[in-house]
Amino acid sequence: MSELRRPIESGVPESTQFMHPVLRENYGRWAWHDRPRPGVLRHVSDTGVAMFTVKAGTQRQMDVYTIRKLADIADEFCDGYIRFTIRSAVEFMTPKEENVQPLIDRLEAEGFPVGGTGNSVGFISHTQGWLHCDIPGTDASGVVKALMDQLVDEFKNEDMPNRVKITTSCCQINCGGQGDIAINVQHTKPPVINHELVAGVCERPAVIARCPVAAIRPALVGGKPSLEVDEKKCVCCGACYPPCPPMQINDPVNSKIAIWVGGKHSSTRSKPMFHKLVAAGIPNNAPRWPEAAEVVRKILGAYKADARAWERMGEWIERIGWPRFFELTELPFTKYHVDNWRGGRANLNTSAHLHF
Amino acid sequence: MSKKMPQTPLLDQLESGPWPSFVTGLKRLANDEGQPYADYMKSLLGQLELSYETRKGYWKGGTVGVFGYGAGVIPRFSEVADKHPESSEFHTLRIMPAPGFFYDTKTLRALCDIWAEHGSGLIALHGQSGDIMMQGCRTEQVQHAWDKINELGFDMGGAGAGVRTAASCVGQARCEQACFDTLKAHRTVINDFTDDIHRPSLPYKMKFKFSGCANDCANATQRADVAIIGTWRDDMQVNQDEVKAKVAQLGRKEFINQVIRMCPSQALALNDDDTLDVDNKSCVRCMHCINVCTKALKPGKDRGIAILVGGKRTLKIGDLMGSVLVPFMKLDTDEDYERLLELAHNMLDFFAENALEHERTGEMIERIGVVNYLEGIGLDLDVNMIAQPRTNSYVRTDGWDEEARKWNDRKTNAAE
Repeated sequence: MSELRRPIESGVPESTQFMHPVLRENYGRWAWHDRPRPGVLRHVSDTGVAMFTVKAGTQRQMDVYTIRKLADIADEFCDGYIRFTIRSAVEFMTPKEENVQPLIDRLEAEGFPVGGTGNSVGFISHTQGWLHCDIPGTDASGVVKALMDQLVDEFKNEDMPNRVKITTSCCQINCGGQGDIAINVQHTKPPVINHELVAGVCERPAVIARCPVAAIRPALVGGKPSLEVDEKKCVCCGACYPPCPPMQINDPVNSKIAIWVGGKHSSTRSKPMFHKLVAAGIPNNAPRWPEAAEVVRKILGAYKADARAWERMGEWIERIGWPRFFELTELPFTKYHVDNWRGGRANLNTSAHLHF
Repeated sequence: MSKKMPQTPLLDQLESGPWPSFVTGLKRLANDEGQPYADYMKSLLGQLELSYETRKGYWKGGTVGVFGYGAGVIPRFSEVADKHPESSEFHTLRIMPAPGFFYDTKTLRALCDIWAEHGSGLIALHGQSGDIMMQGCRTEQVQHAWDKINELGFDMGGAGAGVRTAASCVGQARCEQACFDTLKAHRTVINDFTDDIHRPSLPYKMKFKFSGCANDCANATQRADVAIIGTWRDDMQVNQDEVKAKVAQLGRKEFINQVIRMCPSQALALNDDDTLDVDNKSCVRCMHCINVCTKALKPGKDRGIAILVGGKRTLKIGDLMGSVLVPFMKLDTDEDYERLLELAHNMLDFFAENALEHERTGEMIERIGVVNYLEGIGLDLDVNMIAQPRTNSYVRTDGWDEEARKWNDRKTNAAE
């Protein structure tokens, strides 16, 4: 066997080598932009040069044939350059305005919806799920596909009050991040422990330390060192499962879907916000998740009909108040919506401001 | 003889509808007879269908790596390998893309060719970590695939308790609103930490993200331990003729509704002649009016960065947003970049020495207090760090005169 090769520790490559020459020449010289139509951006530099961007949706988990097809399109219309966004949309850039419509037509013909710009529902950011993750409660790719099939018109148009960023996550770690709407797994039962395996697989002090509510204790079960969970204390978060796979948290029935709203990463207008729980107990109903999709549809419908221009989901709710939100969306309000944990008083209404 | 295509009635339901289907892509690979990945992907489809039936995942971690590095390969071994033997190993290689996710098609095709030869043919562009996720590789192929990817000019991303792959917005490559060169900053910072990416030895992960303005397209504030966000400190640039044009386009009432009333610090007013009155002292650089009036308004010219520290998701003490530690610093000259690197290394070193196991920077700051953290990394206090002064009187203040003197000295020095 040949000698092992030492890695070239090159870090991230330089970006400009992968940029269209017009981007390279106008780097840092862009003057303004607009959107000639949904799915298309036009950036104009101080030299008067315009660069058109056509944005399209993908399935994110792509086979090489899909990627090569995208490359073919980029070769034909964009001089061989292509870019992806942080939410896995694909962007084709060309300085030739006459290329824009044929590019859109080609993308649509190949099954890549054009949109996701301005005040639209963008592509749903998502995680790996059953395809690859070691702890998933669901399959984000499937949830996203099922939802985007329903929301594709909102992706292709800019009819929302502001942009809507939807995220999905396959467990409560929430790799999908904050969202105007977040569709996340919420476990409802404590982990089921395989005591035969714990001692051999888990570093027990590390697992005990991982629990946010100190519900895990060392125990001797059937003569073997293991762990036990105080089920009264357990919040079913699943934090013990990654470091200790014999503490199985995923359950086909009791791992549910919860929906959160009003998360926002940006500091635009309001400060960044965390998303807030509005619905839980939704079945993890693969392969199309119709119950979760129905809740999302209701929330989006209420937001679209009621929010003012440029209000993000969380800003809209802050203006109309939570009583009105639950009224408009017809979602039940329960004790589980009330933050009862550390710092929870910050989420109570400590004022005489009331909505009727 | 090649393996039979598994029955996948549940997954098949994800092939219909207008959105591109990942299932169709998986099947395309599985049906690509003669390719090394065809049977591999048939087996994978079988396992995935099983997950859809039972609503459980069947991947377990383990230890797989490449020579010279201690991270970057995400090992996946199947728990149902007896039923789906060909995909018993389905590891991911995390590869760092160029900042801003730019590619030429030649490079993208080369990555595809490598993955068709050595992997599953399935690539996620991109993972939430900001990596190219080369998904699905057998243990014995990992080093071969890696050698070729590395020779192509790419390096492995982070995993585990180390510095992670960074992310940045498109920046000045195509955005007039970017207040600093996000792509250059990303590359400069992250390439100075390659040892901490490839040989993780921190208490837990540490992430950097770079957004050119407060729109925070890289989701840095909440998703990064160190969020570097562009801002400016002089007056916003206003083209009054374009303001008038925008007022004419929207109508006065809508312009007031959409621009003036939405300003979070009430820094805007519409003059009687339809020009814009900006109170730049009240402006918080939030970007809203600039987003609406993309021709009329722009960030100021004295641009730089703010640094927010401590963002993270729930585990373990609950969600945290990053908070301001540096309200403004320039990022133009080599000396500016040196200063940023020095600060980033101070943050990393302090984290390495003081965080508990599996504790993120934000949790460490929550535990020890931001004042102690500032002293630890050698940063001066700034009023922009707080939303409001303390409301709890239980604090010992016998060092007050000394601290007040320090503040006054700094003010005097700054004025000189």
